[in-house]
Amino acid sequence: MTSANVRENKSTETAGRCLEVSKLQELVYELRIEQVMTRKVITVSPDHTMGQLKEALRLNRISGAPVVRDGEMVGIISIEDLIKALEAGEIDATVGEKMTGGVQTIFADESVIQAVNKFGQHGFGRLPVVSRDGKLVGILTQGDVARGLLRQLEIDYHEEEIHRYRASHIFEDIVSDQTGLILRYKVQPKDFVHCGEAASKLKRALERLGAKPAIVRRLAVASYEAETNLVIHTTKGGELIAEIQPDKIRVVATDYGPGIADLEKAMQPGYSTAPDWIRELGFGAGMGLNNIKACSDVMNLDSKPGIGTRLEMIIHM
Amino acid sequence: MRLAEVLSILEGKVISINVDLSQEVSMACGADLMSDVLAFTHAGTLLMTGLTNPQVVRTAEIAGIAAIVFVRGKLPPPETIALAEEKGIPLLASKYTMYESCGRLYQLGLPSCGLFQLTADNWAE
Repeated sequence: MTSANVRENKSTETAGRCLEVSKLQELVYELRIEQVMTRKVITVSPDHTMGQLKEALRLNRISGAPVVRDGEMVGIISIEDLIKALEAGEIDATVGEKMTGGVQTIFADESVIQAVNKFGQHGFGRLPVVSRDGKLVGILTQGDVARGLLRQLEIDYHEEEIHRYRASHIFEDIVSDQTGLILRYKVQPKDFVHCGEAASKLKRALERLGAKPAIVRRLAVASYEAETNLVIHTTKGGELIAEIQPDKIRVVATDYGPGIADLEKAMQPGYSTAPDWIRELGFGAGMGLNNIKACSDVMNLDSKPGIGTRLEMIIHM
Repeated sequence: MRLAEVLSILEGKVISINVDLSQEVSMACGADLMSDVLAFTHAGTLLMTGLTNPQVVRTAEIAGIAAIVFVRGKLPPPETIALAEEKGIPLLASKYTMYESCGRLYQLGLPSCGLFQLTADNWAE
């Protein structure tokens, strides 16, 4: 490796690190206290002895707690106060005598940077978090801030990974005379709760494959209409099979009955055999097949009563 | 028009979490027929509807609807809200009827989705 190369590598490394740092800085401003604070607050009474406080800290594995009397926060006490009391042999003194009064608090909807500043300026170990109407809603330590930032960084990183990962390269990586990707979705009859999931998954798959938004929308709408038809009309359900090729997408919806008696009538806008309960859900208005036709470049519909229906839709990329 | 403006024009409420009120909607439609929504809306449309079942959210997801307003004071069941939050589609509610909700927004400049090509083509005959 030449020295010029080394220098170049170093500078990209530094740039990478700077990027991470500025991302962290951004997060410190973006995140709100309530997103990182601990919601379960262990409090102690000013009438407790320091001995009782020691037990509360030990059992809950915490290093300090707000002091509350009749629902109102009157002070804060920490492990440091406890150590001082132990040194002075004052283990039976009350929390009220040893606590720090006039506690600094922070609002739940403030940005994490406010807390970071307060920790830095005053050397606090923890800050009680209050809502705008003055209620104690949580507690914040520097550990909470670090954990919250790391968690958010991980989420952001994960999202970026997904965003960066485009599946479209399979069409370049895998060589054949005609490469296609087949996605098969089973559709249950009368299952309105899950109706639309197949179309939704297919839509996502196409987005991941990097298809143009207009194409994705047309295909999603056509598939959703076809899926709805399978749910509404079929006796045994059916399948939605999408074959994705670099230049076109073919979706075939097949089922095993009851079949369409009059195809010509079925294609008339507004003609529907859907029952009332379907209409109450906002479907079954007799526009589905027309809509599918409008969305696809080629549409073929075959059906035999008693045997089943096959609907083919092709959209060119 | 930003969702914040929509909300104030409709004197409405936000009913799902994490709604970004600075989000823009470019046009709107009112429909209780989901096939109509699929047929004549465009990506970025604001949907006003009286239906509250989860299929409204599915339809919105498929059609690329930017946000949903439930009209005449109806509130959707929890499963509808849960699905919308999962899909990141903002849900709003208006106490006004469908007609008045649409009218208020239209009057203040939010355009419609345009003619429905499939039936508009046959209109002259």
